[in-house]
Amino acid sequence: MGFWQRFLQLDRKWIFLGIAIVVIIPLIKPIGLPIKPTKPVIDLFTYIDTLGPESGPVMVVTGFDPSTMPELMPMEQALLRHCLTKGIPVISFGGLYPAYIGMAKMAIDEVSADFPDKKYGEDYVFLGFIPGVSAVILSIGIDIATTFGNDYYGTPIDSLPMLRGVKNYSDISLVVDVSGTSTPEYWLMYAQERYGVNIGVACTAVSAPAYYAFLQSGQFVGMMGGMKGAAEYEELMARKGYPTGRRNATIGMDSQSLAHLLIILLIILGNAGYFIVRRGERRRGIIRRKR
Amino acid sequence: MSISTSIWVWMAALLTLMVYSFLYKDNPFYRLAEHIFMGLSLGYTLTILWYNYIIPRVYEPLFLPPHQWSLIFPILLGIMTFGIFSKKYSWLIKYPLAFYVGGYAGLRIPLLLQSWIIRQVEASFLTPDKFTSLMSSINAILIFAGLFATLIYFYFSKKREHGFGAAAQVGIVFIMVAFGAAFGYTVMARISLLIGRMQFLIHDWLGIM
Amino acid sequence: MRRRLPVIIAFGIGFAMLIQYFIPHPRSEEFYNVIVQQWFIIIYAFMYIFALRSFFMHHITKVKKKKEGYIFSAVAMVSVLFMLLSGLITSRGPFFDSLYNYMIAPLQGTMFSLLAFFIASAAFRAFRARNVQATLLLVTATIVMIGRVPIGDYLWRGMPDLVEWIMTVPSMAAMRGIRIGVGLGAVATAMKIMLGIERSYMGGE
Repeated sequence: MGFWQRFLQLDRKWIFLGIAIVVIIPLIKPIGLPIKPTKPVIDLFTYIDTLGPESGPVMVVTGFDPSTMPELMPMEQALLRHCLTKGIPVISFGGLYPAYIGMAKMAIDEVSADFPDKKYGEDYVFLGFIPGVSAVILSIGIDIATTFGNDYYGTPIDSLPMLRGVKNYSDISLVVDVSGTSTPEYWLMYAQERYGVNIGVACTAVSAPAYYAFLQSGQFVGMMGGMKGAAEYEELMARKGYPTGRRNATIGMDSQSLAHLLIILLIILGNAGYFIVRRGERRRGIIRRKR
Repeated sequence: MSISTSIWVWMAALLTLMVYSFLYKDNPFYRLAEHIFMGLSLGYTLTILWYNYIIPRVYEPLFLPPHQWSLIFPILLGIMTFGIFSKKYSWLIKYPLAFYVGGYAGLRIPLLLQSWIIRQVEASFLTPDKFTSLMSSINAILIFAGLFATLIYFYFSKKREHGFGAAAQVGIVFIMVAFGAAFGYTVMARISLLIGRMQFLIHDWLGIM
Repeated sequence: MRRRLPVIIAFGIGFAMLIQYFIPHPRSEEFYNVIVQQWFIIIYAFMYIFALRSFFMHHITKVKKKKEGYIFSAVAMVSVLFMLLSGLITSRGPFFDSLYNYMIAPLQGTMFSLLAFFIASAAFRAFRARNVQATLLLVTATIVMIGRVPIGDYLWRGMPDLVEWIMTVPSMAAMRGIRIGVGLGAVATAMKIMLGIERSYMGGE
């Protein structure tokens, strides 16, 4: 068996080891490659940055569970930090499925700890999970207080100072869906199309390509896509001098770069081996026929 | 380097390593972690449902003043779903399903048409504001042509010959570019998930970073 | 009647919700509010029963018949009860939160992170440029993979802009075409459900 044939049968455990190494090493010894923000992220950042304490609240919807936490938690935390820094009232909505509320609580607990001057109920509120998915999105457009009744902690919505005068989407500046699934499409259909509220998206890299169509049509005001999108938002926050926390997404970018290079190398080597082996087999076939 | 002294962090690290043991081969530690996860996450969902839904939206409106007796009707319809537990009464579940699925079907039609079709087609039209520069003009024409060619590619009711076949070929070029981009993004997403876990092990558990 | 009445219900409520969209009268809005805020939300919550039923049926059967791996099924059921009791006893207190943050989150996150290893293995073993179309796909993927990470900008300043152009022009055009096709299909399916042509969601007899 030739070298390339043996190489193509490489035990996958070596590939696993390679991936682990290229991910771990930059986390221990960072390279520090610069992050260049792209237009969709700049658009979302700029939209929020133009808001202020007198604006209607920004609703940050947690639409992810731990399976997509590394990509989306940095986005959610960056959004919450941005709003709290600018004094924009924030409604943190725990999401459309039960598994999301833990992520929402994690995010709001961690970020609020960095803003001790911000008061719950006045600067930000945390709304719990209500089953119904699309029905909940539609119901918020009718009346937030009737939809939720109480916040996550059991406090009646009517008694929260921040939500006095906030009846439905017409009083909300922006809904940002931080989503690991297709829930931005629901927000688009049921919230924006029906009630006209502006929608921003923070999504996984898997979903991002499909949402460019909505960006181009203006249906989404901006988008963060994948861990790179989160890193870009963190970079924009840093450039403005806003508190960024640990910048988990930025830290991961060096590992992301090297891992991508390794995968490209694997694709090239795999294809090279494939074509070399195939060419050799063809040649042997020709030789056999001549005999 | 300062290893964590929190029992919770050690628990999380242990469970993480138990799952990663699958990379070597399937083993009882992985299966144990898998089943613990299944059970805990279902228990979590049930708890959230109890506190966020059953108590404030079913129990309190019905049994505490002011009583909203009108909720009896949707609750009865919801209770019909329990018919699935019995072979004799399993047909009852058709009613709540018909109500829910049928209602949503009607609700979705105008919203789908508007957001997924009309607005998307509208954004593709070659209007004068798209021809402000050479690059924007080329892009606008490419978007229009690409959209048209893609739609033609997915139209299987006509034989692919002459101009129609050529347009379908152009469509496949755009589709392959889109799928390639999607694949690139998918790789990015998967690697990000690994980076997140490694950050936890290296920073939160081992305290190296 | 058992077969016909649900179809009539589906048509009735579906048609009502469809025309309601076009009627701005207060009664129409009230009807919409009641259906959405009460009926849909309440019925949806009961559907979580399905998840419970299939989970317990599967694992109880496994334990009863002592099938291979039944110990793990017992662990799964004990875990459900443990989590449920923790939440109820502590009223979703810090212990309950810690179970989520340090057990559920790491377990789920790690399981999905395994995909990174498998995609790397698949990249080496399976992604072959067998024809022109596959080559185009792989070349685009390579450009996007390099351009979407900081090293792309480091290697060539124009790389991020090239990737952005790919995403906003050719890729977006095809995705939009697919989206329109899917939208038309979804509208057709919704019409079929309303008209009773599509009944698979109701299950068998």
